[in-house]
Amino acid sequence: MHADDLMPGDTPLRLIDEQGSGHPHEHYAFPSADLLREGYGRLVLGRRLNDQADALVRQGKLAVYPSSHGQEACEVAAAMVLGEGDWLFPTYRDSVAVVSRGVDPFEAFLLLRGDWHSGYDPNQYRVAPQATPLATQLLHAVGFAHAARLRGEDTVVVALCGDGATSEGDFHEALNFAAVFHLPVVFLVQNNGYAISVPLSRQTAAPSLAHKGVGYGMRGRLVDGNDLAALLAVLGEAVTEAREGGGPTLVEAITYRMKSHTNADDANRYRTAAEVEPWLARDPLLRLRTWLTAEGALTDGDVAEFQADAERVALDLRARIMADAEPQPLDLFAYVYAEPTPQLREQSELLAAELAAESRAEARTESRTEEVAR
Amino acid sequence: MTLMHDAPADRQPDPERPSEPAQPAVATMTMAQALNRALADALEMDPSVLVFGEDVGTLGGVFRITDGLTKRFGEQRCFDTPLAESGIVGTAVGMAMNGMRPVVEMQFDAFAYPAFEQIVDHVAKMGNRTRGKVRLPMVIRIPFAGGIGGVEHHSDSSEAYYVHTPGLTVVSPATPQDAYGLLRAAIAFPDPVVFLEPKKLYWSTGEVDTTAPLPELGRARVAREGTDATLIAYGPTVPVALAAAEAAAAEGRSLAVVDVRTLTPFDDETVCAAVRATGRAVVVAEAPGFASVASEIAARVSERCFHYLEAPVRRVTGFDTPFAPPKLERYYLPGVDRILDAVDDLQWEDA
Repeated sequence: MHADDLMPGDTPLRLIDEQGSGHPHEHYAFPSADLLREGYGRLVLGRRLNDQADALVRQGKLAVYPSSHGQEACEVAAAMVLGEGDWLFPTYRDSVAVVSRGVDPFEAFLLLRGDWHSGYDPNQYRVAPQATPLATQLLHAVGFAHAARLRGEDTVVVALCGDGATSEGDFHEALNFAAVFHLPVVFLVQNNGYAISVPLSRQTAAPSLAHKGVGYGMRGRLVDGNDLAALLAVLGEAVTEAREGGGPTLVEAITYRMKSHTNADDANRYRTAAEVEPWLARDPLLRLRTWLTAEGALTDGDVAEFQADAERVALDLRARIMADAEPQPLDLFAYVYAEPTPQLREQSELLAAELAAESRAEARTESRTEEVAR
Repeated sequence: MTLMHDAPADRQPDPERPSEPAQPAVATMTMAQALNRALADALEMDPSVLVFGEDVGTLGGVFRITDGLTKRFGEQRCFDTPLAESGIVGTAVGMAMNGMRPVVEMQFDAFAYPAFEQIVDHVAKMGNRTRGKVRLPMVIRIPFAGGIGGVEHHSDSSEAYYVHTPGLTVVSPATPQDAYGLLRAAIAFPDPVVFLEPKKLYWSTGEVDTTAPLPELGRARVAREGTDATLIAYGPTVPVALAAAEAAAAEGRSLAVVDVRTLTPFDDETVCAAVRATGRAVVVAEAPGFASVASEIAARVSERCFHYLEAPVRRVTGFDTPFAPPKLERYYLPGVDRILDAVDDLQWEDA
């Protein structure tokens, strides 16, 4: 492969601009209006879930939420380009991608409610557990793709990370392994400008993150991360190439983290309102809605319907999250190994005895209270 | 005292197991050859088994443990990777998630540390994180510990890091027979195993019966019977403990030796039975003693056998220094004399 073929362009690919005008591209086919209409529905749901999760944190029902508000187009596109048998390897900020892939929202948010470290069965949805350590899951994605390839399966893996993660050693090792073994992995870096408080300029001096691809012998592609049409075009092509034996692609999507890192963070300490303001106009939902409406592919009624659907999902999520969690203390020991070790069995018995004593004490207190009441 | 020269088997030998005409079922081999045979037999029996790492392909590994595997099983089954330990372990996680049984090699103990994040954050936790939906049947082989005159970073006893991580199973063989059996058992295990190979024992020889029932992980082995005191050792210190027991016998003192074999899960039953039978115990390990596996063993034995003990449980370990340079190695490593001195201190005058 010639180095020029691996290089990203100087500007991110954009098919629908901030005003909602479409711009056909000589290389990338414009996604169909039907597909984009479906995508708009997913964006509406994604935005609604981001808002819902924020609200649930404020109400003390979720421990924390790293929001993808403003990045929903990346989240949705990552899920939409996958085939049935493909796999997604998400990070902690990718709950919307996880749900868009089909994971039950309640199961997706159980991690943040604090019931367990992951709330869904990866094999059921073909979605790896959301990774919290940075870039580590990229290597899992690469190994997963390698195994599929060794068996002659045409699985494609989409692996997500942020701009901060590109500084981690595992990012480098993952891209290098994927390129050396020519594996069907699409790396999607959501460059949202910040790693908690540290701006991109402190992560890299490269012309773009997509330029890093050439160093591995991998295609690097730069795309407007708030333009669902462009994302579907670039990621779709990368997935097709991967499936057809063309190897991995590194896609950098330029977007912006509209909210703080999480609810525990205060973005006002490191960025100004003036910096955030222009991004409001670049909102991924706004421009797609404008384009779809102008195309005659989306009526006000359709929008209302999408919003009503999203509302239903969000309220269902809210109701299920608000219900009291009933974590089982003895589960602490149940899954560490396929067979609990003798030591874990001993410790489990210890905790079980404590729990039994606790409930006996509670029962005594209750009966005393009843006696007093009588 | 329970005698466990042969630990109970958790599975019968597979009638399908291929017996290559050139490779008899019972033969004298080095530990390195036994490990090589175990890998070859596992590759032969199970198409999901893969071997990869640095220099494990054409070269056959710097210790030749993977010698000939690429030639026999092909590039798809045994291959070299880029030189990146986190990459090796991290991709093995993905492979294990996708139906494979990867067996990866870290070239040396101290060169495995770049993979530490993957091992602690993911290898050890995936099964728990997913409530058992995703188990990782993978083996991380690490040539470990000293005794070969290695320069810096080639002789670390790194077991405590792994043993301290819930979710890992940590194994170290001390004989060629166990090297074969425990590695086969580790590869067949449903959970990740850190397999610590004492590199100074790679060239030790012994009889290996590849048709013997595979040992159960988590079971210790009484390597030598004795009545006066019990030496507890694992991996590289087992032969040292046996030599100490031999020397003690010449002086009229009968020392039992327990080979722990599996550091986690620890076999309290076998170890404590051996200690209760003698009433005295010395733990022998190469690693620095502070907050070590030896410390854990001493604590467990003290807690569980207190009323049987005639003397405090002693530890003979490496010093709390970085591993010694080659010319000073013999001062650092626990030897027969240091073990016998510790045995002499076990309050015999009160007996």
